Amino acid sequence: MDQHSFLFQAIIFLSAAVIFVPIAKKLGLGSVLGYLLAGVIIGPFVFGLIGEDSEDIMHFAEYGVVLMLFLIGLELEPEMLWKLRKSILGLGALQLLLTTLFITALARIFGFGWEHSVVLGMILSLSSTAIVLQILAEKGLMKEPSGKSAFAVLLFQDIAVIPILAILPLFNTISNPESAGVAAESTNWMHGMAGWLRGLIVLGSIASIIVVGRLVIRPVLRIVAKTNMREIFTAVSLLIVIAIAALMIQVGLSPALGAFLAGVVLANSEYRHELESDIEPFKGLLLGLFFISVGASINFHFIAEQVWAVVAWVFLLVIIKTLVLLVLGKVFKIEPRQNFIFAFSLSQVGEFAFVLLSFTLQQKILPEDTVNLMIAIVAISMAITPIVMLLNERFILPRFDNVILPTREADLIEEKNKVIIAGFGHFGSTVGRFLRANKVNATYLDIDADRVDVLRRMGLNVFYGDASREDLLKAAGAKEASIIVIAIDDAAKRLEMVATIKKHFPHLHMLVRSRNRYDAYDQMNAGLLHIYRETLDTSIKVGVDAMTILGFRKYTVHRMAKTFIKQDESNLKQLSSIRDREEYITEVKKYIEELEVVMQRDSQYGSDSLTGWNAANLDEDLPH
Amino acid sequence: MNKILILFAHPAFEQSKVHRVLMGEIEQLKGVTIHDLYEQYPDFDIDVAREKALLLDHDIIIWQHPLFWYSSPALLKQWQDLVLEHGWAYGTQGHALDGKRIFNVISSGGDIGAYQVNSFHGSTIQQFLLPFEKTATLCRMLYLPPFWVSGTHLLTTVEIQQFSQQYKLLLTKIRDDQFTNQQLLSASILNDLVTTS
Repeated sequence: MDQHSFLFQAIIFLSAAVIFVPIAKKLGLGSVLGYLLAGVIIGPFVFGLIGEDSEDIMHFAEYGVVLMLFLIGLELEPEMLWKLRKSILGLGALQLLLTTLFITALARIFGFGWEHSVVLGMILSLSSTAIVLQILAEKGLMKEPSGKSAFAVLLFQDIAVIPILAILPLFNTISNPESAGVAAESTNWMHGMAGWLRGLIVLGSIASIIVVGRLVIRPVLRIVAKTNMREIFTAVSLLIVIAIAALMIQVGLSPALGAFLAGVVLANSEYRHELESDIEPFKGLLLGLFFISVGASINFHFIAEQVWAVVAWVFLLVIIKTLVLLVLGKVFKIEPRQNFIFAFSLSQVGEFAFVLLSFTLQQKILPEDTVNLMIAIVAISMAITPIVMLLNERFILPRFDNVILPTREADLIEEKNKVIIAGFGHFGSTVGRFLRANKVNATYLDIDADRVDVLRRMGLNVFYGDASREDLLKAAGAKEASIIVIAIDDAAKRLEMVATIKKHFPHLHMLVRSRNRYDAYDQMNAGLLHIYRETLDTSIKVGVDAMTILGFRKYTVHRMAKTFIKQDESNLKQLSSIRDREEYITEVKKYIEELEVVMQRDSQYGSDSLTGWNAANLDEDLPH
Repeated sequence: MNKILILFAHPAFEQSKVHRVLMGEIEQLKGVTIHDLYEQYPDFDIDVAREKALLLDHDIIIWQHPLFWYSSPALLKQWQDLVLEHGWAYGTQGHALDGKRIFNVISSGGDIGAYQVNSFHGSTIQQFLLPFEKTATLCRMLYLPPFWVSGTHLLTTVEIQQFSQQYKLLLTKIRDDQFTNQQLLSASILNDLVTTS
């Protein structure tokens, strides 16, 4: 592809997304439908702005799904995965089995032969990870029972792709018997190896992801983090995911599954949030691209020719899939409202169907006509999912209106802490220790890779990264938190953080460390309410102790210190509003004079300022 | 309509069984200002000027607290020591609080039977509250009998809720002047005025 046409294509894709996604969102249709619509519009059947190469683009864009599963893995610690095992193995396996069975029967009714019906049954029983998770996440349902169950089913399907790929060649009834039994694409380097050897290699690669993830990737990330170059960290993050995907393709496994596994392995690591925020934008763009190419690949001429067959297939497929899921949901005790969301969300055929269909064509398992028909059906079933879910929300869910918002007690994604502490130096660590001693957990962010490492070994919830970045704060749970303690050392960085938080997380209470009074002026001018001068309390404590040693009564000195701080803070507030230099100097003079007056007043405590404790002024009422 | 100021003193409010329910019941009541002393002055650093202004702005003052060693928690004593200044609250020149009505709202572990002349504590609750009474009268205020939640160790949740409803009713009626001073003074405890059964 020459450069001009590449740039031109990029302009078309990006502008289609920029135009249609906001419109779809505004209309309450969700981003997925927006992307699909954009694809249809720029596709060969409306404007024809992108041509027949949309399939290549789709293959490229499938990396969006890979990145998405990596991110999901990052949020799922191994223990969580273990907790989900029942839904994955039970719900997932039963869904696949029953749906395959019914779709096979359906294909028989449509007049397909036995072998073709079974092949179609297996391919069409899968659902779309990309569409389902995007929609559920957008609706904030990933933590709900519906989201968790949908995720479990999708995960099982991803695993099931491997045996399906292995079984499919057995149904090769059309021709070239010599290729029967070949597990994956002919580009696969394992082509022609013995079955047991292939199995060994597959297991070996899964094991290597886990071992390399634990022992190699983390140290590498630490070294890269120490360079403090963000783009290199991003490069490493992408490299990890793409390398794993490539390895998985080589051994004939689903790249998405490999990425998911790598994500799980790194879920416990201190670099989790940094990885998340680095990969997130790539995932978003690639997934968008993927949805656009799905939209563009819908062949309207073909559909027009067989319109009734397509409509009947899509309609019956959606019905079968939904019904199977509804029944299973009931068996697995998902409450009705969640069950409907769960069942309708998985009612489409997934992107793996494209891969498997082109594989069957290549292996001559299915005739070309059938494959074309099925590709159209799959694309349409994906495109109508957002609509089906909207209809469900409008017409079915209101019947369960006694539960408007399902209770949030989910565990799929780790509960976020309510307090975030940015900076774990001597200042932040003391705050953190105090909270922890009183059983208040916090999420910590720090930029020192070595320190992060040590603290994590002590069992603290510490993450590496630059706390002034919006995406990192978001990944650390700034949306769910209620307090952020800004304890980092760098004064300029603190103000930068304050600006970021005001813009993106205005609900957060900011408790900000400040070095001295000048620093505090800047922070006050930035509109902050909770400012803590790091040396104020300590130096006054020294003053208190000094006066105590000199023989002053401790309680008196204690009260003097309180008054002193109060007065000092009110002065600070007045002075902070003065920007002009000259005015400032005279104000400072005034401040010093004022301080003398205050101190004078303080020194007369017991006698004047609090008459309640002094009996001397009772004299006037005594009989003389 | 009278304005009521509740000077509330409880150093471990979050652990309290009785006062949390009482407060919950009256929180939203119109004309009632709740002033949580331990929340306002954790350092015992009472702002005298502010407290005086609050007193002047209200007609009926309540000292609400658990009974600790036959008296109030320390901060309420600190409040009395510092706020009720000579020349302001009492003394020949001190008339700021003249005629205001004031009473204690207290909780005690011992029940009514334990606070009798010949029983466990050896004196009545009114006798134990004498320092409060004298403080009030020296400031020329009208000291009313207490509202008393007694025997708290053995109270059930339902019983505590009954007390809190009585408390709410009492405050509403006092606020709306539905009792004469004579009625108020003749009760041995204010609970008697709002007991329904």
